[in-house]
Amino acid sequence: MEKEKKILYINLNERTFESIKRPDLNKYIGGVSLGTQLLEEECLFDESSLSPEQPIIFTKGPMNTIFPVVTKTCCMFKSPLTEELGESYGGMRMAMAMGLAGLDGIILKGSSPRPCILHINNDEVKFLDGEPLWGLNTDEATRLLHDKRGRRGLRSIITIGKGGEKQIKYACGLVDTYRHFGRLGLGCLLGIKMVKAIVIEGSRSNPISNTEDYRKAYEKIYKKVTDTDLMEKYHGLGTSINIKSLNDLGALPAYNFSKSKIIDDNSISGEFLAENKLIKKVACSGCPIGCIHIALLKRKFGDPYEYEASTVSYDHELIYALGSMLGILDADKLLRLIEAVELTGLDAITTGVMFAWMTEAYEKKIIDDDLLLTKPGFGDIEAYLQIISNIISQPNKFYIDAADGTYALASKYGGLNFAMVLGKNEVAGYHTGYGNIIGQAVGARHSHLDNAGYAIDQELQEFNPTEIVNKLINEEIDRNLLNSLVICLFSRKIYDYETIEDALNSIGYNITKKQLKELGLNTFLDKIRIKEKMGFSYQRLQIPKRFFETECCGKRLEEKQADEILRLYIDEVEKLKQKYSFS
Amino acid sequence: MLDNKILKVKNTGQCIGCYSCMIGCSTIVHKDHSLLMSGIAVKTSGGYPGRMVVDICRGCIEPKCVSCCPTEALKKRAGGGVRFNKDKCNGCSNCVEGCVIGGMQFNYDEKIPIPCIQCGICVSRCPHEVLSMEARL
Repeated sequence: MEKEKKILYINLNERTFESIKRPDLNKYIGGVSLGTQLLEEECLFDESSLSPEQPIIFTKGPMNTIFPVVTKTCCMFKSPLTEELGESYGGMRMAMAMGLAGLDGIILKGSSPRPCILHINNDEVKFLDGEPLWGLNTDEATRLLHDKRGRRGLRSIITIGKGGEKQIKYACGLVDTYRHFGRLGLGCLLGIKMVKAIVIEGSRSNPISNTEDYRKAYEKIYKKVTDTDLMEKYHGLGTSINIKSLNDLGALPAYNFSKSKIIDDNSISGEFLAENKLIKKVACSGCPIGCIHIALLKRKFGDPYEYEASTVSYDHELIYALGSMLGILDADKLLRLIEAVELTGLDAITTGVMFAWMTEAYEKKIIDDDLLLTKPGFGDIEAYLQIISNIISQPNKFYIDAADGTYALASKYGGLNFAMVLGKNEVAGYHTGYGNIIGQAVGARHSHLDNAGYAIDQELQEFNPTEIVNKLINEEIDRNLLNSLVICLFSRKIYDYETIEDALNSIGYNITKKQLKELGLNTFLDKIRIKEKMGFSYQRLQIPKRFFETECCGKRLEEKQADEILRLYIDEVEKLKQKYSFS
Repeated sequence: MLDNKILKVKNTGQCIGCYSCMIGCSTIVHKDHSLLMSGIAVKTSGGYPGRMVVDICRGCIEPKCVSCCPTEALKKRAGGGVRFNKDKCNGCSNCVEGCVIGGMQFNYDEKIPIPCIQCGICVSRCPHEVLSMEARL
């Protein structure tokens, strides 16, 4: 039987809370569809994202932990980095913990007068003293909360680092140490609200109405996940498998996108890391794959033979942003940089892309060491560690500006042509072609995960603007359905429409493929409407010249052709808006 | 039911923390999606930077939970572990207190224990061969 949605509203100004049943929201199912509706209800569209009254919205879906690889929680907000749609996904235990608490959504509004920890237990909230944790790094804050009494193994701990505390606009929220609401600045918003951490747990039962139907549906999916090779790459080398293959293609961005290949392609490859640094893999709750690759970082700190060790998770995007983009081609140095970014609680992609811009801007004498307070050069990890420290301590006006991200820096100091942002969001680790560029430009959150343009590039053999546009739109619509159910996108080949329909109906829904398609389409259009209310316009999108200066897969892209695809995309979206009575 | 065999944690270090075993136990054996209804408990020791651990009923030959039970709802099972008769249970939770390793879970809503029935569902759901059913040597 379909359950009424239950939303927990938390008011940090008054330190009050209320859980409200919202049967009117049942049709939105969960995840991004539900989050979009709640954002539209709660967002102050005309106010800055930095207003404490802006909402942070977390939503889960009806299949979380119940079916394999349905592991994500969706977070929606007005992004401090882009001042438009903020949408981010975190894994690990959070969705499971929300399910145990019986919550479909959590909304935070207002700001606590002093640092606090939110402890959510079922639909009760305690506002605990956060002073002792304020200023601690993400690892230590998580450890202290982990050591407190509670339902160990079944609770989730979300923390911010100093990046969030200092309201850096690309600060992230960490979920149970190794996963993140990485992009678009959730950590900044939690910092504004003075929420250092959120602990979620619960004890609600959820009896199964039809055990046999559910068991059959579960086992069919479980077999597809574990007995076929549809997901093997994610467990084997993980996404870092892409480093070598993209490098071989000439599609791996390096040295601030001035190259699309690194010469020493093995030193930071997935293969090298797996053979030399990998110590274990862990999984989000409910995922039998286990794609989270953990490396051991060992450091000598004295003689004789004095060592310390820590564990660092890595994947393709981190290796790209903090490795190839910065010319850091040594695995130990790369892991040190990843660790520093994680402990500070910054988004790794934004940080790496911004550092790459800083390095080139310094080389081109657009900015100098009086501003940077160091002399960055590609490959110089000590300079990058110093810059992380400066971003937090903000010793001068330049670093105050650096809290706003790459686009803001380049707009003020120059170098927009090589500031690798699309829609003000720093780009992901692909230089595969037009699909990648336009996909990130037009995607709702300007992410490679909105529509997988990079994959479309690798699929299409010839330049075909119509085909690229159709695929970008259809993929984003389909992903809005997956994200409404908060299925990990790594399992997108498992969860086709028929599988989703069977799964939902086995747990009491009565839903058709047509309705599922409509949910994806409506969410796609609703998000565009919300973005436009926040001031977004496709017409104002800018593409950095660097994309057309650096060879991609052995050829040069043409700006004119990218513009043609963009115009076509805008036309097609306009047609969709008109067809479905967009208002 | 696998006669005389009991659940063993064969390879703790291979656990990735996917909870597939707990999902199998809570949904198939105890008919509930809540993982609190699982007779097997996966958790971390020292958080995720530490290691995964799996708490199970160790299938005692002379189970303390049985001797603690005032109503004979729990009885010894051949080969180790227990059999549970829900109708005889008075919800006292002595069995939970009696197990020194925390191998007995408890359903606080229905006030009944969640014993491992040594059925092996969790073993069949484990993708990394962490668990096995073996005869006690």
